[in-house]
Amino acid sequence: MSTSIKYQLDYLDQLESEAIHILREVAGQFERPALLFSGGKDSITLVYLALKAFRPGKFPFPLVHIDTGHNFPEALDFRDQLAARIGERLIVRKVEDTIKTRHLTEPTGKFASRNALQTYTLLDTIEEFGFDACIGGARRDEEKARAKERIFSVRDEFGGWDPKRQRPELWNIYNGKIKKGENVRAFPISNWTELDIWNYIRREKIDLPSIYFSHEREVIGYEGQWVAVSPFIRLDPSDQVETKKVRYRTVGDMTCTAAVESIATGIDDIIREITATRTSERGETRIDDKVSEAAMEDRKKNGYF
Amino acid sequence: MDLLRFITAGSVDDGKSTLIGRLLYDSKSILADQLEALEKQSRNKEDGEIDLALLTDGLRAEREQGITIDVAYKYFSTPKRKFIIADAPGHIQYTRNMVTGASNANLIIILVDARHGVVEQTRRHSIIASLLNIPHVVVAINKMDLVDYSEDIYNNIAIDYAEIAKTLGLRDVVYLPISALKGDNIVEKSDKLPWYDGPTLLKLLENTEVEKDVNLTHGRLPVQYVIRPQTDELHDYRGYAGKILSGIYRKGDTVTILPAGFTSRIKSIETGGREVEEAFAPLSAVIQLEDDIDISRGDLIVTGEHQPRVDQELDVLLCWMDTKPLIRGNKYLLQLGSRVIRAVVKEIEYQLDVNTLEKNTEPGQVGLNDIVKATIRTASPLPFDSYKELRASGGAVLIDETSYVTVGACMIQ
Repeated sequence: MSTSIKYQLDYLDQLESEAIHILREVAGQFERPALLFSGGKDSITLVYLALKAFRPGKFPFPLVHIDTGHNFPEALDFRDQLAARIGERLIVRKVEDTIKTRHLTEPTGKFASRNALQTYTLLDTIEEFGFDACIGGARRDEEKARAKERIFSVRDEFGGWDPKRQRPELWNIYNGKIKKGENVRAFPISNWTELDIWNYIRREKIDLPSIYFSHEREVIGYEGQWVAVSPFIRLDPSDQVETKKVRYRTVGDMTCTAAVESIATGIDDIIREITATRTSERGETRIDDKVSEAAMEDRKKNGYF
Repeated sequence: MDLLRFITAGSVDDGKSTLIGRLLYDSKSILADQLEALEKQSRNKEDGEIDLALLTDGLRAEREQGITIDVAYKYFSTPKRKFIIADAPGHIQYTRNMVTGASNANLIIILVDARHGVVEQTRRHSIIASLLNIPHVVVAINKMDLVDYSEDIYNNIAIDYAEIAKTLGLRDVVYLPISALKGDNIVEKSDKLPWYDGPTLLKLLENTEVEKDVNLTHGRLPVQYVIRPQTDELHDYRGYAGKILSGIYRKGDTVTILPAGFTSRIKSIETGGREVEEAFAPLSAVIQLEDDIDISRGDLIVTGEHQPRVDQELDVLLCWMDTKPLIRGNKYLLQLGSRVIRAVVKEIEYQLDVNTLEKNTEPGQVGLNDIVKATIRTASPLPFDSYKELRASGGAVLIDETSYVTVGACMIQ
């Protein structure tokens, strides 16, 4: 065997090593980091990467979930079970409580989404625990504004992102120095694509919530997308409730995440479907991104993840 | 399947964004909804053709002004490779962005407009490629459709460029004629260029050998974090966690801890939570040592015969990245690997003209995008390598002590 082949890393190993390096940089540079954990596949992958980065020690950060109250129950169960199984601390803060204490206005409409209100709860949670860095599972392939965000993204005291004042980020050096009030969002899987995540999940045999796999669900059709019937959306007389075999490509709120028709029951089937599909992950499943060309950029400027 | 990171250098006028758009489009990495959004935006344009350039401009200001301001990262893959593209702007006022995008690249695509040949910008991009030590250079002579696919024009440009490559010492340079707009020689071989018998751009990207670019002889592992479970059964466990920048680490190897200079032997190595006999760059690993010595974040675990230098004075090529000027005598924080240390810029020897390579030994104010040769003194001894030899342990950044902004990129000489 030639040395060049023996000492060659597969692309997933390279991505894994980069992500572990970033997680350890966060642990090494910050006093009070947190890992934002939603029970979705990207943040589950982050947790598995953190196990590789810090075991046999404990995580140097808690898992934090900002619960909109509109989450899929399957994802919440999964979240609690995973945190208990690995024995790490889970902090849950509810958008519902922020709405009450801060007298926020609940959004209205057919798919009244608390997506934008999450930012308030997140910023309150950051303040409550004094978090100086929040690790998140955002990927640059998801969306155009994300493609420009640094791996260590400095946010002002309002959580705001200023794309024009980003710090240059070179080699493998991440500058996490911040002033009081600022905090950093750190994105270890920035360079992973949706397919990379699925391939990694397959390789590492990572468990996922059941909603990622084909199941029967009552849905309504809306502008070419299937939206789950739940107490959080308004059913109109013109809506036709149908039972479909569906799965989710992303797991966000029940109000703003659409399902795709699928009979994929295993990871191999899912990877086959994704490889063949002609629509991007966010385009197919996120109702909240379609509003304007710059929807994500605007939300990030306002403190969104 | 492995990974290639590359940067495209060129400006909007050279068809850089069109080239990236074409690569994504022809390799079927653009999906239906993205194309739909693109068509919607292109409709406002006069000729009505899909503007592939719009794919890469992520920020509102960029779309409105039709320019690229910042580095954007794009991804695509073929069954052979995953590709990470750093899409950086090419104009001189964005040199710092290009330096940023180039810092991790295995390969650079330098776009030359066939109508104009080698111009000042070509020279500048090549100089940056050489300063940042990008191992592989592809000179893509674009817009061949606008010069009737002329072999002579192509050859003359290649001859001109070879001069630059020679001056700069660029080692691996490959030329190819393309039209990003028409798709000639990007993914599909073009029948309009029968005189060209080399690979298409995609084939070139797929087959460029990058494995040998990883140094496997100089062991460098900066300690990022110390794992200490402090449980009953792992009472004595002290794991030094970090990413192996270069070299191979084996159980039983003698290691030196810098800057202190202690030596010890490797008791165990773990990667990905499993104990292994050896680990190599660029894996992230955890190392336990035989001896109980004081090691913390910022220390460097070294193996192999080639030791880094340990010194308080370093000569660097410094690319200035801040709008505030560089002031000689100012103190900054220097970050190299996992180590952050106070430093002062002592001397500025000369300023490098990035268009001509001329050295101005009496530079005026050093501002944004300027590149100077400088001497930096650090507050305590720092282990480092020469950037030319080891990119990962020879590149450092300077951080403003008051604003904490990253203000400079140092290539240690």
